[in-house]
Amino acid sequence: MKILVCISQVPDTSTKIMLENNNTAINNQGVTYIINPYDEWYALIRALELKESGTATDVHLITVGKANTEQIIRKALALGGDEAIRIDADSNDPYETASQIAGYVKSAGYDLILCGKESIDYNNGAVGAMLAELLDMDYIGFATDIQAEGDLVTVKREIEGGEETVTCNLPVVVACQKGVAEARIPNMRGIMAARTRPLKVVAPIAVDSVTSILSYELPPAKAGVKLVSPDDMDELVELLHSEAKVI
Amino acid sequence: MSVVVLVEHTEGNIKKKSLEAIQYAAGIAQKTGTTVSAVVLGTLADNVMQDLGQYGAQKVLHVPDARLNQLHARAYTNALITAAQKEDSKIIIALHDINGRAVAPRLSAKLKAGLVAGALSYPDLTNGFAIKKQVFSGKAFAYVNITSDVKVITLMLNTFPLSKTEGSASIQKLDVNFSDKDFGIRVKETNKITGDIQLADAQLVVSGGRGMKGPENWGLIEGLAKELGAATACSRPVADAHWRPHHEHVGQTGGTVRPDLYIAVGISGAIQHLAGVSGSKTIVVINKDPEAPFFKAANYGVVGDALEILPRLTQAVEKFRQNHK
Ligand SMILES: Cc1cc2nc3c(=O)[nH]c(=O)nc-3n(C[C@H](O)[C@H](O)[C@H](O)COP(=O)(O)OP(=O)(O)OC[C@H]3O[C@@H](n4cnc5c(N)ncnc54)[C@H](O)[C@@H]3O)c2cc1C
Ligand SMILES: Nc1ncnc2c1ncn2[C@@H]1O[C@H](COP(=O)(O)O)[C@@H](O)[C@H]1O
Repeated sequence: MKILVCISQVPDTSTKIMLENNNTAINNQGVTYIINPYDEWYALIRALELKESGTATDVHLITVGKANTEQIIRKALALGGDEAIRIDADSNDPYETASQIAGYVKSAGYDLILCGKESIDYNNGAVGAMLAELLDMDYIGFATDIQAEGDLVTVKREIEGGEETVTCNLPVVVACQKGVAEARIPNMRGIMAARTRPLKVVAPIAVDSVTSILSYELPPAKAGVKLVSPDDMDELVELLHSEAKVI
Repeated sequence: MSVVVLVEHTEGNIKKKSLEAIQYAAGIAQKTGTTVSAVVLGTLADNVMQDLGQYGAQKVLHVPDARLNQLHARAYTNALITAAQKEDSKIIIALHDINGRAVAPRLSAKLKAGLVAGALSYPDLTNGFAIKKQVFSGKAFAYVNITSDVKVITLMLNTFPLSKTEGSASIQKLDVNFSDKDFGIRVKETNKITGDIQLADAQLVVSGGRGMKGPENWGLIEGLAKELGAATACSRPVADAHWRPHHEHVGQTGGTVRPDLYIAVGISGAIQHLAGVSGSKTIVVINKDPEAPFFKAANYGVVGDALEILPRLTQAVEKFRQNHK
């Protein structure tokens, strides 16, 4: 079984977002970038577990990004993985990203494609399902457990109002969230080994653009907190009723 | 031409958030001079579907195939594409929830249509088709312009207040050519959470953090939630310590909530936590530390020991409920 893990580079979760160029761009000065937590903690680690248990033969990592994303791909390789691919394109549209990955997958062939529930920068949660459609595959989102045997996967997934266990034949795209695996910390051996693993840079294919970001906006500042005495909860309830009108 | 919208139902009723989606579609239809065709998948009574007219749907396209009572994203996609073709539709709307997020990206990829995932505004047509959405987990917003001919939108729930009018939708049966591939995912077991209020859709949420000290004190959170009719949530360390189940964890790496009221008890207000709750309309913070960062994001604050305050607050809510029956 060949596994491909989709890795996205995102600003560290503690980043305070600032804008520039008349609010048409994110100011990335001083921003540190990390592997999208869902991709690292769950998708990548589960792929490595499947390799360690002998279920998977190869684990490849892919990212769509310019040269500045190589540091996170190296970081991902330090956790494990046999080979990394970077498609040299700058995209913040999920259709463009998915089309780039699909273009590569068509020539390489994978049985299981793992991605994260969503990237914490653009919060689309769309690339995985788009990829599945472009590749004529099934897609299982919001996975909390993934087992694989032969050409069958068994996945626990969150559904509207509950949870479900489903099975599906390979090939399939699965989007991972909490539960799928436990996060790991890279060790020195991994970091050294990562240096020698191949990182392939692939030229992008031509994809029609379907969206563009016109501008950004920061949330308005809160008006300030109104303090209520801990001895007067009746007042708090009254404020929630007559002022905030939420109960 | 019409705006096609995917409608979700449960236990014989349309979900409130789907009424919001229909109303949103009606707003777009009005702006673009078209009508709304609601697509209902699976088993549902006619009178329930007719009532969608009260929120702006002229027509309901019903696919009464019982297999669609469960999520089969490829079948749903197939049905919506069939509907869109029949209605010559250029705009397709679903919710930004588990179902919508399985279907809308597939539609987008299939139709080469730009997607706005998690819309927070009506499209601005003066400048193309620009829609506001959340980015960086609520730390900022982006205005995304869809430039393709066909457009796909998933709407954030609890974004626009509902208003009911007169109206009755006509119902048409929609024939869809399903193939085996549409049902390639086989459901082995389903566990629906009944009774409890769904966190993701909740209007009121009571959430506890490490300041609650331990799982033995969660009765206080549950007691308040029960009195309010609220769902319960928690911070990440609380779920990591297994004080509460994982699905209650909200924040940048957990669930996102958009309730009318979010009550945060013993939660410090780390940036990663705020990211998941910043869409809340009103935030109440109960914390013993007056310097806790959460107070900066709060509308109302109570400084003090949660273990003492919660019983009082629960009592006050109980009294209020009795006076407002
Ligand atoms: C990559 C990354 C992702 C993360 N994602 C998330 C996420 O999705 N969600 C999330 O929540 N966190 C997340 N975190 C963790 C986050 O940074 C904080 O550590 C976490 O939110 C703190 O949880 P807490 O507020 O419950 O605990 P603490 O920070 O320990 O705060 C406890 C609070 O309780 C108060 N308190 C103590 N005793 C009492 C009492 N008796 N009465 C009233 N108040 C009291 C204290 O004053 C304090 O403010 C993430 C961190 C990282 C690095
Ligand atoms: N630029 C990218 N390169 C590779 N994978 C990506 C990229 N962007 C998103 N993904 C994958 O798709 C998932 C969902 O992302 P998104 O649709 O952007 O929220 C992520 O968790 C990643 O696994």
